[in-house]
Amino acid sequence: MGSLSRTDRTRRAVSGAMTSLTALCTLAAVGILVLILGYIAMRGIGALNLRFLMDSPRPVGEGGGIGNAIVGSAVLLLLSCAVGIPLGIATGVYLSEFGGGMFASVVRFLVDTLTGIPSIVTGVFVYAVIVLRMKHFSAFAGGIALAMIMIPIVARTTEEMIKLVPHSLREGALALGAPQWRVTLGVVIPAAASGIATGAMLAVARVSGETAPLLFTAFGSRFFPRNLNEPIASLTVQIYNYAISPYDEWHAQAWAATLVLMTLILSINILVRFLTRKKF
Amino acid sequence: MSTPGQIVAPKFEVARRPVLPPRETKISVADLNFFYGRSQALHNITLNIPEQMVMAFIGPSGCGKTTFLRTLNRMNDVIPGTRVQGRVMMDNQDIYAPGADVVELRRKVGMVFQKSNPFPKSIFDNVAYGLRINRLTSNKSELEDRVATALQDAALWSEVKDRLKSSALGLSGGQQQRLCIARALAIRPEVILMDEPASALDPIATSKIEELIFDLKKQYTIVIVTHNMQQAARVSDLTAFFLLGKLIEVNATEKMFTAPDEKLTEDYITGRFG
Repeated sequence: MGSLSRTDRTRRAVSGAMTSLTALCTLAAVGILVLILGYIAMRGIGALNLRFLMDSPRPVGEGGGIGNAIVGSAVLLLLSCAVGIPLGIATGVYLSEFGGGMFASVVRFLVDTLTGIPSIVTGVFVYAVIVLRMKHFSAFAGGIALAMIMIPIVARTTEEMIKLVPHSLREGALALGAPQWRVTLGVVIPAAASGIATGAMLAVARVSGETAPLLFTAFGSRFFPRNLNEPIASLTVQIYNYAISPYDEWHAQAWAATLVLMTLILSINILVRFLTRKKF
Repeated sequence: MSTPGQIVAPKFEVARRPVLPPRETKISVADLNFFYGRSQALHNITLNIPEQMVMAFIGPSGCGKTTFLRTLNRMNDVIPGTRVQGRVMMDNQDIYAPGADVVELRRKVGMVFQKSNPFPKSIFDNVAYGLRINRLTSNKSELEDRVATALQDAALWSEVKDRLKSSALGLSGGQQQRLCIARALAIRPEVILMDEPASALDPIATSKIEELIFDLKKQYTIVIVTHNMQQAARVSDLTAFFLLGKLIEVNATEKMFTAPDEKLTEDYITGRFG
């Protein structure tokens, strides 16, 4: 080992330097995330208590909470999932399993374009198409705006995940006399299930942080939701409203609400990871 | 030039089958041409496959053996741009006739692939898959019986009976391939097509598969593609030699490996090319 040539030593030095460099970059990326989380926790923890989580907003100086916004966000997410996930998965399955032709290429292009549309544009679109027609803001409109953001994300991840399923599995099922739709439903989709679930989760995480499309659609509310046909509160819009207000108390509440939002997203993520962990 | 018998005979240990028993024809292929787009992969194949025997297809890579095998259960249908001409009759019915039911055909003609392809499901669910989609069993205990029988027939039962609920992907390569055989056997096909079933396996797993083939031919018609000529000699009753998309010779395996009729066959078997 003692007689390493000059090129060997250089090579090792370069390799070591590169490894350290990538490690540093990783550390920086993770560090930023930890800083953000830590800072939010630090600022938010002060105003956080059970009453804050249960109560609805009150005038400045009287405390109040974000209970209605938590419920509202949950309702909006459920609505958007109910519309966005089935449509997205169906689109992805179509694109990967049956999409060889011209029509599929057009769909794929449109889906990609849809992914790139700024969320405020989606909000304005839903405002024009649904809110103006119904003549009022509503939870429905908000859910649809969020679903429109979810669909392309879910569709593309589903497509990619399904393409990863080896062709031999499809042939194996076909050779047993399975019709095409049963192969897709019973073998291909289950084989890609955890990937599809991850894509759906990514989409949920993405839309649960959206504010802009909700401003024009769900609008916000100071009360607990009673009816999906009315304006509804959401964590993000409430954070936005409180953050731009001139009151220190509301600023503190905005921080606390941010902490709650982040915790919720994190727990959804962990929960889904747990539920879809690889069984086979 | 020496006689073929002297060159070839010592190289192969051919199972002793002095006289082949007479058998009905199970599959009859006439003037089959096959195209991938514009290139023709099979030329005028005419061949009869008798029932309850093992027929082996040999030949160099790219000679069309696998393509031909896959025409027998219309597995090439899933490849875009392919075209078939000619006739494939199974039990006197044209499987490429316009009204022919491809799903029904594949229930009767099972297939084992070169690379084992267990579904990412439990061992039990893998074997039960074909039974379930074809609704071949009416209750749970019947399903369990059929799965157990298939696993026994595939000589896998003793190794997996205590872990039927665990993932099929946790099995070894040889076990996975036997699981795929069990999966094909479970729906009780009449013909089993095997596309180099042992090419990715070690010698011990290979010999298990070969013994299995030997047992299975009592009930099934078996067609096996193999690159391994010793394997063809060991397991098959009949051998068909393919070259460049043409069927060169079909003969009893013993004759094929000792005194083939065609010069090309002899050259291939003695390793002069291929």
